[in-house]
Amino acid sequence: MIIGLDVGGTHTDVVLLDKDGLLREIKVHTDELDLFHTVLSGIEQISRGIKPKAIERLVLSTTLTTNLIVQGINPDFGMIVLSGPGIDPEFFRTHEHYYVIGGALDHRGREVTPVDLGGLKKIVKKLRRADIRHVGVVGKFSSRNPVHELQVRDALKKYFRKIFLGHWISGSLNYPRRIATTFLNASVYPIHKNFFEAVQKTLEKHGLQVPIHILKADGGTMSFEASINYPGQTILSGPAASVMGAIPFSGDQEEALVLDIGGTTTDMAVILKRVPVLEPVGIEIAGFKTLIRALKTRSVGLGGDSVVKIMNGKITIGPERKGHAMAFGGPVPTTTDALCVLNMMPEGDAAKAAAGMKMLADELDRPVVETARAVFEHFCAEVVRHARSLVDDINSKPVYTVYEYWEGRQIKPDKILLLGGPAACFVDQIEKVSGVKTMAVPKCAMANALGAAFARTTCEVSLFADTERGIITAPEENYFEKISSAFTREDAQKKALELLEQKARRSGASRDDLEMDILENQQFNMVRGFSAAGRNIRIKAQVRPGLVSGYQVISEKLSKEMAMMNGARQICSKPDGKQD
Amino acid sequence: MLKARRKTGLIFFPAFDWAIDPTHPEREERLLYTQDQAMEEGLFDIEGLIEFKSQLVLEKDVQRTHFCVPDVSAMMTESHFISAGSAKRIGIAVMEKEIESGFALVRPPGHHAKRVVHGARGFCNVNIEAMMIEYLRFAYGVRKVAIVDTDCHHGDGTQDIYWHDPDTLFISLHQDGRTLYPGTGFPEDMGGPNAAGRTLNIPLPPRTSAEGFLHIIKNVVRPILDEFQPDIVVNSAGQDNHYTDPLTDMNFSAQGYAQLTEILRPDIAVLEGGYSIEGALPYVNLGIILAMAGMDYSKISEPGFDPDKIRQTEQVTRQVERIGETVLKIWKQRDELTEKRRAGKAFEERTNQIYYDTDGIYETQQEKVRICSDCAGALRIDSSSDRGARILAVHIPLHACEKCREIGRQWYDEADPRSYLRVFLQNRPDDEYLTKGLP
Repeated sequence: MIIGLDVGGTHTDVVLLDKDGLLREIKVHTDELDLFHTVLSGIEQISRGIKPKAIERLVLSTTLTTNLIVQGINPDFGMIVLSGPGIDPEFFRTHEHYYVIGGALDHRGREVTPVDLGGLKKIVKKLRRADIRHVGVVGKFSSRNPVHELQVRDALKKYFRKIFLGHWISGSLNYPRRIATTFLNASVYPIHKNFFEAVQKTLEKHGLQVPIHILKADGGTMSFEASINYPGQTILSGPAASVMGAIPFSGDQEEALVLDIGGTTTDMAVILKRVPVLEPVGIEIAGFKTLIRALKTRSVGLGGDSVVKIMNGKITIGPERKGHAMAFGGPVPTTTDALCVLNMMPEGDAAKAAAGMKMLADELDRPVVETARAVFEHFCAEVVRHARSLVDDINSKPVYTVYEYWEGRQIKPDKILLLGGPAACFVDQIEKVSGVKTMAVPKCAMANALGAAFARTTCEVSLFADTERGIITAPEENYFEKISSAFTREDAQKKALELLEQKARRSGASRDDLEMDILENQQFNMVRGFSAAGRNIRIKAQVRPGLVSGYQVISEKLSKEMAMMNGARQICSKPDGKQD
Repeated sequence: MLKARRKTGLIFFPAFDWAIDPTHPEREERLLYTQDQAMEEGLFDIEGLIEFKSQLVLEKDVQRTHFCVPDVSAMMTESHFISAGSAKRIGIAVMEKEIESGFALVRPPGHHAKRVVHGARGFCNVNIEAMMIEYLRFAYGVRKVAIVDTDCHHGDGTQDIYWHDPDTLFISLHQDGRTLYPGTGFPEDMGGPNAAGRTLNIPLPPRTSAEGFLHIIKNVVRPILDEFQPDIVVNSAGQDNHYTDPLTDMNFSAQGYAQLTEILRPDIAVLEGGYSIEGALPYVNLGIILAMAGMDYSKISEPGFDPDKIRQTEQVTRQVERIGETVLKIWKQRDELTEKRRAGKAFEERTNQIYYDTDGIYETQQEKVRICSDCAGALRIDSSSDRGARILAVHIPLHACEKCREIGRQWYDEADPRSYLRVFLQNRPDDEYLTKGLP
C-alpha cells in the first residue's frame, strides 16, 4: 500500500492506495504553525487499522521549505564564493557573511588561478568569531570541475559542522543560481532535517518503519536520506503534486494543459505524452533564481475568490483576493458568487452571493443573472488567455542548433484537464472558449495527494568528457576518471546511464521505474590549429518524471467511476439551468 | 540585484551542428565556450537582458540585398537562413522598441558577402547585416544607417553592397590589407561617384592594441557618427583583433572591446569573425554584452592577460594617428570629392575581379552606375564566374529618382536572356524582384 500526503494552505490531503485502487481519502486541517502535527495526524488517520507492514511507500509533499523561504530567511551560516573573470561576484551577495576569495577555473574546468588559501584563513577567523557553524562554498565553473570547492572544503572541514558545496546541486552552468541555490539549501537544512527525522522517529514508534519519500518540485521523489544535502529541492512540490495527479488522465499521445483552479490562483502546467514539461534552468521562488529542477508551472492571480470589479464598464478579475467569496461571508463579489447565482454551486449563501452580483450588475446596468453569466464567461476567457500565453512561452524558447530549429515542433494542446474544487463547473465554457477538448480530472480535489502517491523517484546526471585533456567527469556524482583519446560519445552515454541508475537506486527508485532518457547529447570536435585535437562530449541523462508502475489500474478505475457518474456533471448543473 | 541599465536583446544561435568542414576554423565548436561563459554568468537571468528566439529570413529578404547565382536556395544553407533571420529579429526588436539595443551572436558570419553571390568568400555566403538593414529600410522606413565594422578583416562585402549609397555610412577598421585577407580596404577606397566619403577605410598596422583602437573610435569614428546622424548604428562585431586570435596579428583585448562598444553605442551588433574560441570569445562577448547593457564590466579579463606584453609601440601609435587624420580629412571633403568623382560624366564603369577563397571561384564584373545627384544611381553588373555562370544584375536603389528607375527598367528589359544564365532586376522602390532566363 502507498500513502500519499500533500500539505496545502488550508487542507492537507491524504490518500491510501493499493493495487486495486483508492482505498481511503481524508482531509485534515493544515496548521501552518505546526506542520509536524498536521503531517502526523494525516498519516495516523489514514493508516488507522492498517497493518504497518502493509504500507510499503510513504510520499510526503509539504510546504515546510517553501514557507521558510517565502517568509524570509534569517541566515546564520556563511557563504564563500570563488570568483573568476566575469561579472563582479559582489552582485550576487546573499547576506552579511558572504565572502569572495581568489581562485578561478575556466569553461573546461582548467585552473586559471589557484585558490587563495591565505585569504581563506582570514575569512575562517571572521566566521568563527561570528559563531557560524555551517558554510556554503560555491565556485565558478565548479560543475565542470569541483577541485576548488573541494580544496576549500578540506581547509574548512575541522572548523565547521556542515559544508554545502555548489557542485552538488546540478550539472548545469549558472554561477549566480548556484550561489542562490546553495544559500537556500543551507538555509532550510536544519529545519528540513529536524522535521523529517522527527516524523520518521515518531512513525517508527508507532511501528511504521517505512522509508519516507519526499516530493520534489520536478514531480519526482527522493528518499529522505538523499534529500539531506539538497533540501531546497522540496520547495513548491504542491503544484507539482497536482500536475502528477493529472497525468493518468492524459493519453500517451496527447499534449495536455493542466489548469488547477483554486481560490486564490489558477496554476497551469503542460504535459506532453504523459511527461510534464520542466523549467529550462530552474525554479524561481521569493526572488531567488535557482538551479532547482522543477515542472514548468505558472500561477496567475485568477481564482474563484479573486476580486471581481468593474473598471470603465468592463469586468476585471484578480489578481488580488480579499478573503472568501461573499457567499461564504467574504467582503467583495467573486467568481464563486457568480457560480452561486448561476446555480452551479450547491454550497454557499445564495442571497449573499446575489447581493454581490447585484453590486456589479448596478454598475453595469444589467440584470443580476446576466452579470453573473458575464463574470463566469470572462473568468473562463481569462484562464484560457493565460494558458495560451504559457504555451507561447514554451514555444518561444530559444534553440541552439539547426536541427532543433527545423525540428522545433510547436506544442498544440489537444486536451485541457481541470483540477480544483469547482473545476467541473468550468468544463463546458473553457472547452467552448478554447476549442480544446476539456475534462475535469476525477477525484480532482484529491489529485494532488494521488499525484504524490504515484510519483516516481527522479534524478539527473550530467557528464563531460574531454578527450584532449583525457578526462571524464560527473562532478555531482563525485565521479572522475581518465579516458583515452579513443573514448566515444557512445561510451559516454553508457557511463551516464550507469551513473544515473546508481543514483536513482540510491535515491530510492525501484527497478521497475527506471525510465531513463538522454536529455542532452552533444559532441564537438575541438580544432586547434586546423587539426582535430580531441572531442568535447556533453551528456545529460534523467529518470523521466512520471508515475510509478501499476498506477494504471487506479486511473482506469477512477475514469470508469466518472463515466458512471456521467462525468462530473452531477455536481455541476448546466449554467443555463437545463440538464443534458 | 543585477539589472541592465539599457534594455538589451540577445539572440544566441551558435549553430552547434553546422561547419564549413570538420577542421575549418568556422566550426561547430566556435561559440561553445562563449555559450558556456554566458550561461555560467547567468546572463539570461539579468533583468533587462532579453534572449530572443532566432527566426528565418525569407527568400525576398535575400533578394532585396543580393543577386544569388543562380538562385537564393543555391547559396543559402539552413543555418544561413537562421543566422540572417536572427540579425533581422534583433533589428525588429530594436525598431519595435522591445529593446534599446541588441546583439546577434550568430554563425555563420556575413561581412565578406558582396552584392552578387557566386559562392562563399571568407567563410561568408550572404551578408546578414545588409539583409537586416535592407529589411528595416523596407519595413520601418529607416533611411540613414551607419555600419561600423570592427572585425579584423576588411568588410569588403558590406563595402561592395553600400559603395554607391549616400544614405549608408560604412566605416571599416581592420588590419592593414597588405598583411591580411582580403587584402583590400585602403583610405583611397572611399565609395562610388554618388557616395564618395560614405565608405571610410581605416587600415591599422599589425600589433595595434587597445590604445590605437580606442584612439580611432574616440577621435575619428565617434565625431563622424555624430555628424552623420544616422537613424541606426550597426556594429559588425568581429572579435579577431584579439591578441590571441590565431588568424590575425593584432593586440586588442576584452576590456578594449567593451570600452569600444561603450563609446560606439551601437543599436545593433552582429557577430562576425573571431577564432580564438577559448582564450578570447567567452570574455570579449561577455564584455560587449555588458557594455551594451550599460553594466559594469571591470572584472572581465582573459586568463593570463598582461597589458604590458601587448602594448603597442610608439611607431604603431604614430601610424594609427596618421591614418586617423587621413580618414577625417576624407570625411570632411566628402562633398568636394563626390563632385570631383562625377566630373560631368553620365555613367561610371569599373571592372571588379573577385576571388571566392572558400569555394575557389573567380568572378569578373563589369559594373556600370548612373551618375546621379538625386539618388544612389541605377546600377548594372555584368558578372561571369570561371564556372561558366554569366548573369546580368540590375539594381534600382530604394530612393531612386524617376530617371534612374527608367534606366534600370530599360537595362533589364533590353537584356537578352539568351546571353545570360539569369537576368535579375532588383527593383527596390517597388520591392519587386524579377528574373529572366532558363528555369
